[in-house]
Amino acid sequence: MNTPAIEARQLIKYFADPVRVQVLHSVSFALGRGEFAAVVGKSGCGKSTLLYILSTMDTAYEGELLIDGEPMRGKKEAALARVRNEQIGFVFQFHYLLNEFSVLRNVMLPAEKLGKLPGQEIEHRAYEKLKILGIESEALKKPNQLSGGQKQRVAIARALINDPLIILGDEPTGNLDQKNGEIVFDIFKELAETYHQALLIVTHDNDFAAKTHRIIEMEDGRIIQ
Amino acid sequence: MKLPLLYDVALSLLLARGRQSLVAAIGVTFSITMFIALLSFMAGLNQLLDGLVVNRTPHIRLYNEVQPAPQQPIDRYSGLDAVHARQHNFIRSIKPSDELPRIRNVGAIIAALRRDPRVRGVAPKTQAQVFYNVGTINLTGTISGIEVEQEDRLFAFGDYVTTGDPLSLKTVANSIILGKAAADIMLVGVGDIVQITTVKGSHVQLKVVGLFESGLLEIDKVQSYTSLSTAQKLLGEANNYVTDVQVKLHDFSLAPPLAKEYAQRYEVQALDIQTANSQFETGTFIRTLISYTVGITLLIVAGFGIYNILNMMIYEKMDTIAILKAIGFSGADVQRLFVVVALAIGLSGGAAGLLCGLGLSVLISYVPFHPASLPTVHFYPVSFNPVFYGIGAVFSFITTYLAGYFPARKASQVDPVDIIRGK
Repeated sequence: MNTPAIEARQLIKYFADPVRVQVLHSVSFALGRGEFAAVVGKSGCGKSTLLYILSTMDTAYEGELLIDGEPMRGKKEAALARVRNEQIGFVFQFHYLLNEFSVLRNVMLPAEKLGKLPGQEIEHRAYEKLKILGIESEALKKPNQLSGGQKQRVAIARALINDPLIILGDEPTGNLDQKNGEIVFDIFKELAETYHQALLIVTHDNDFAAKTHRIIEMEDGRIIQ
Repeated sequence: MKLPLLYDVALSLLLARGRQSLVAAIGVTFSITMFIALLSFMAGLNQLLDGLVVNRTPHIRLYNEVQPAPQQPIDRYSGLDAVHARQHNFIRSIKPSDELPRIRNVGAIIAALRRDPRVRGVAPKTQAQVFYNVGTINLTGTISGIEVEQEDRLFAFGDYVTTGDPLSLKTVANSIILGKAAADIMLVGVGDIVQITTVKGSHVQLKVVGLFESGLLEIDKVQSYTSLSTAQKLLGEANNYVTDVQVKLHDFSLAPPLAKEYAQRYEVQALDIQTANSQFETGTFIRTLISYTVGITLLIVAGFGIYNILNMMIYEKMDTIAILKAIGFSGADVQRLFVVVALAIGLSGGAAGLLCGLGLSVLISYVPFHPASLPTVHFYPVSFNPVFYGIGAVFSFITTYLAGYFPARKASQVDPVDIIRGK
């Protein structure tokens, strides 16, 4: 349990367009299992940029990124996709569900992609995840028949389906009202405390951040606290 | 596991853009249909026209033309060496001696040809110039004496005879089969008697047992047929007088070398079918080229249709691509996904196109067609060659794959961060 779930060492990131701007200045931190951290800071301070590097989707950076002790630099695109599939759950500000598929199928997709379990087992697990989030009754509906809060919970269920090591959130409550935001927060807390998953959530909401285990505050591409 | 999932996602993308996908598939169907129908029709026509030449003309014709000897006797005494250098030949316009264009020793030649394993059949022929007497007017004409059974077996002579029985030439003595146009001028029909004058001046009466139509009016006006022995009698020659030996081979591509061989061995002139009808091969080649060009152009146009719909789909489904990548689909998976979409459109459209092409070909083969030169043909000729269907299937696969590959590659390079942050 000594290996951090995710560790950033001296991350440096430039934006080249339209002019070369440094957005991350040697960002280093580590997040252990069961830790629930919030990243806060003003708009443009680089917190989303950091998050996308951590998610392995953005590969144009300097420094080292380790997930479960394993360096991500130099891995092929297909290998990174596999890491995302297996180790990382991502929750976006907008739910990003596939409207062509049912809620259940949306949750099942990453597991089907992983292909470790037979179809029935995956379906069973997807129902379980939906139950944790209290929306198993909506399983057979299409995403566009759900409310915003429900959709966000479906997206969280999808992030959970492969029991990832890390859950990353980019303002997952930013689009939700107070009540739904609290529901999502409670779910995250439970994931960290009960299931020992590492959570790193970027948020603007100071009340939300205050309730987490750890606050990482960023300013001008640096971690200040 | 992985593949069925890709197919599921591909299917959902197709259904999301159902109408456009259908239109793109119909484009492929249409092009494959036209490709198959066009090629089948053209090939049928080519076979018909080639058959006309290959089946109805001798592969090698042996004949003996009256021509000056290349080495005249006088040449032996003029200008060849120092002894004769002072001699000069001033004799001009040397005439041939009295010799008819017969093939010498024809019986032995025919017997030898019939033993040749490369030869399918041999038909001797004797040509004679005559006048048809119509009252006081004489029409010039040509009578060919033929062995009617051989002629029918090798060159489908019976197909040309529109009235009467060609075999009557053999069974009825002093009989003739007249060209239809000549018979119309002379106002005679089957059963009537025509009088002809030979070049030697003798009058002969022949009974009309049939009429033939070659399709060329000029030939129908002058050409007529009689039996070999009747023709020899008309000319006042013995039964070994034959002017042409027509040879048909098993493999007509051997004709040019064999013609040379026969010319040398039998000391006759020999003309092979390729030399006599070189324009036919050119015509066949050009027609085939044109139909392939048109067919492939149609397919390429259909390919652009697929390219369009895929590009549109990818622009619309940027979010979906981004999300698939975020949850662990690699670029290669996304590329495979859109190639599958393209192939689904192309192959379903292509399969329907093959069936429609077959249907259209069958339909064409039932359209009445009565060419004057081909009395046995009643419908448009269509070739149902499975090779065309194979080519159609392969080409639809290749064009749709290419039309799908480039947009799919673009989709695989979509950066999910750009899409997700852009919101």
